[in-house]
Amino acid sequence: MSAGLVSLEYVSRLQVVSGKGGTGKTTVAAALALALATEGKRTLLVEVEGRQGIAQLFETEALPYEERKIAVAPGGGEVFALAIDPELALLDYLQMFYKLGGAGRALKKLGAIDFATTIAPGLRDVLLTGKACEAVRRKDRSGRFVYDYVVMDAPPTGRITRFLNVNDEVAGLAKIGPIHNQAQAVMRVLKSPETAVHLVALLEEMPVQETADGIAELRAARLPVGRVIVNMVRPEVLDAADLELVRTVERSSVAEALSTAGLGGARRGGNAERLVDPLLEQAAEYAERYALEQEQRAVLGELDLPLHELPLLAEGVDLAGLYELATELRKQGLS
Amino acid sequence: MSAEETKAQDAARPRLAPARVLDIDPLLDDPTTRIVVCCGAGGVGKTTTAAALGLRAAERGRKVVVLTIDPARRLAQSMGIDSLDNVPRRVKGTEGDGELHAMMLDMKRTFDEVVEAHADPQRAAAILANPFYQSLSAGFAGTQEYMAMEKLGQLRAKDEWDLIVVDTPPSRSALDFLDAPKRLGSFLDGRLIRLLTAPAKLGGRAGMAFLNVGMSMMTGTLGKLLGGQLLKDVQTFVAAMDTTFGGFRTRADATYKLLQAPGTAFLVVAAPERDALREAAYFVERLAAEKMPLMGLVLNRVHGSGAGRLSAERALAAAENLEDPRIVDQADGKAGLRNSPDTYGSSQPPAPESAVTASEEGSPADTESSVDRLTAGLLRLHADRMQLLSREQRTRDRFTARHPEVAVVEVPALPGDVHDLVGLRDIGHRLAAGRPDPTEA
Repeated sequence: MSAGLVSLEYVSRLQVVSGKGGTGKTTVAAALALALATEGKRTLLVEVEGRQGIAQLFETEALPYEERKIAVAPGGGEVFALAIDPELALLDYLQMFYKLGGAGRALKKLGAIDFATTIAPGLRDVLLTGKACEAVRRKDRSGRFVYDYVVMDAPPTGRITRFLNVNDEVAGLAKIGPIHNQAQAVMRVLKSPETAVHLVALLEEMPVQETADGIAELRAARLPVGRVIVNMVRPEVLDAADLELVRTVERSSVAEALSTAGLGGARRGGNAERLVDPLLEQAAEYAERYALEQEQRAVLGELDLPLHELPLLAEGVDLAGLYELATELRKQGLS
Repeated sequence: MSAEETKAQDAARPRLAPARVLDIDPLLDDPTTRIVVCCGAGGVGKTTTAAALGLRAAERGRKVVVLTIDPARRLAQSMGIDSLDNVPRRVKGTEGDGELHAMMLDMKRTFDEVVEAHADPQRAAAILANPFYQSLSAGFAGTQEYMAMEKLGQLRAKDEWDLIVVDTPPSRSALDFLDAPKRLGSFLDGRLIRLLTAPAKLGGRAGMAFLNVGMSMMTGTLGKLLGGQLLKDVQTFVAAMDTTFGGFRTRADATYKLLQAPGTAFLVVAAPERDALREAAYFVERLAAEKMPLMGLVLNRVHGSGAGRLSAERALAAAENLEDPRIVDQADGKAGLRNSPDTYGSSQPPAPESAVTASEEGSPADTESSVDRLTAGLLRLHADRMQLLSREQRTRDRFTARHPEVAVVEVPALPGDVHDLVGLRDIGHRLAAGRPDPTEA
């Protein structure tokens, strides 16, 4: 566990990962599921947007609507994955509450399922969050939770509050009946400390702005905000002192140094000399980005939430990279 | 084409240029181009691209409106549309004779307007007050996509603009926004609706046994499931919508046809990253399947280097030379000890002894060593850049191999964010310049 931070003795059992599109929230959700599974725990990684991002990440074939083991964590833990299909979730639900088998298929023929899952606005989201909450609460015969943690790869920041809050709205729309009860039960889980909503950001202006807006919305809706995870943080190649020197350094001395390093002549027109301008230009670009990143880091710092950083994996995220990120998350005390 | 052939081809040319370069200016200048739709995954600069295209077209003399969905605050501010009002506003500060207008989609407002335009005041008021309508219009999945299309149809019907540039919603999947009109249309036209609005009538007509079974179950089950009151809300809503709109489906179909018609140009926006290009490939395939006119791919954030001839390997080796004083001493400050100065750019691997890692010991703090340290940093930075370039190249090559028919324009990466017209103009310029090879400075 990380020192310094207020140690969170209680790690929420439902961890929802959101973030602006393109920030890598699927990757972070998967790494978090792996990290939480370490030391013999069992986690369920849930996908709700039908993109099969989890399957791609874990390099397996498309996931069916079925909880399936997709990875083993260090120390004997297991990660299961589930891609929730709203249509099948509804049939599931009908089966559970009404013992409808063939009748469910008849409903499907009539377009009722289509109606419920794509058009009847809230219902789709109710089914998705409902299924995740069911997994959180599910127990085996001996009364132990089937999954120690459930990690949800959730919709992007712009939609997350509405997505999680949809049950409130539906409970208001359907004032009685099983959907009303179901919606209320889901809300009880989502608004309790059992849930934590994490936001993934990048050190860029738009994702940071969206993170700040998203947190304000979540807080206004009384949904429990967890942590901010900054993804794809570039390594520091030049530090502040280097960048200071970039502005003042003599071109000729850089040319000399390049020549010393074996890159050709330092005189005017020599191979080393001709490298100086483009290299300094790249350094200037780096400096500009460095300053922007520092600025954004400061903005995130003001959010008053635990802040974590994950390194950019130069070669893109593959299975090995995912384990690397999971280790990093553990080191930073997220599990 | 086999992988080997592709490889052989790669080797044959210095850098793989896409089969065709997408030429933006003729597309924007062509008076028959009336709609440009920018689509692509989230986070690839779609909104910025749409705004930059709009500005460029306006400054080339056209009267343009840009419909954005969810612009970053400062980008919206730069176009003067940071307040949500769902009405195109003239953007100030553009150059030339053209005009740029911009608006941000307000879903609920758009939906309300549709209702108000098509229902008598009394009925409109009833619909707007219906709780089911309120949650539908407040923007659950699908509504945003549908309303973007609706707004596009409206703008086009007004015929006030030479060119409409549309940014598409950040859908959960590439396909949603194409499906949305059809989905809503078919729902409002579907059997279920008729069932909800006039159960008796439909029951009487349906001859098939299973339908009758399903029917009785339906009304019962739906009632139980949704609660009678919600079902009643839905019924009222649907009845009101049905009689007033009549042709929701017709509208959806018309928008869909508008997208297929000549005069519409789709641009798929992506960044040279695996996921973004995978999504772009889906889009290309889907647009082809729907017979939508794809103009090409805008590839944002492509990196280049002015020192492209210095390979990552050589740069790293040189950085290590500088960082390890023992090697520098050996080299006696003389150029070209290991590799002759003229070999750079060749793919020759670094000399093995230069792979010694820099050690902590001995770093005298004089000026020369700090310049050495800086230069080593510059070289490492360059090595990173070259590695990035080759990764981007590989990703692009994979896309090009899969879709050689798609014209591509590459937009060089900017170090910072865009938040004013000057920045947008710069992007527009980069879009039009579209150098296929970023390493040619």
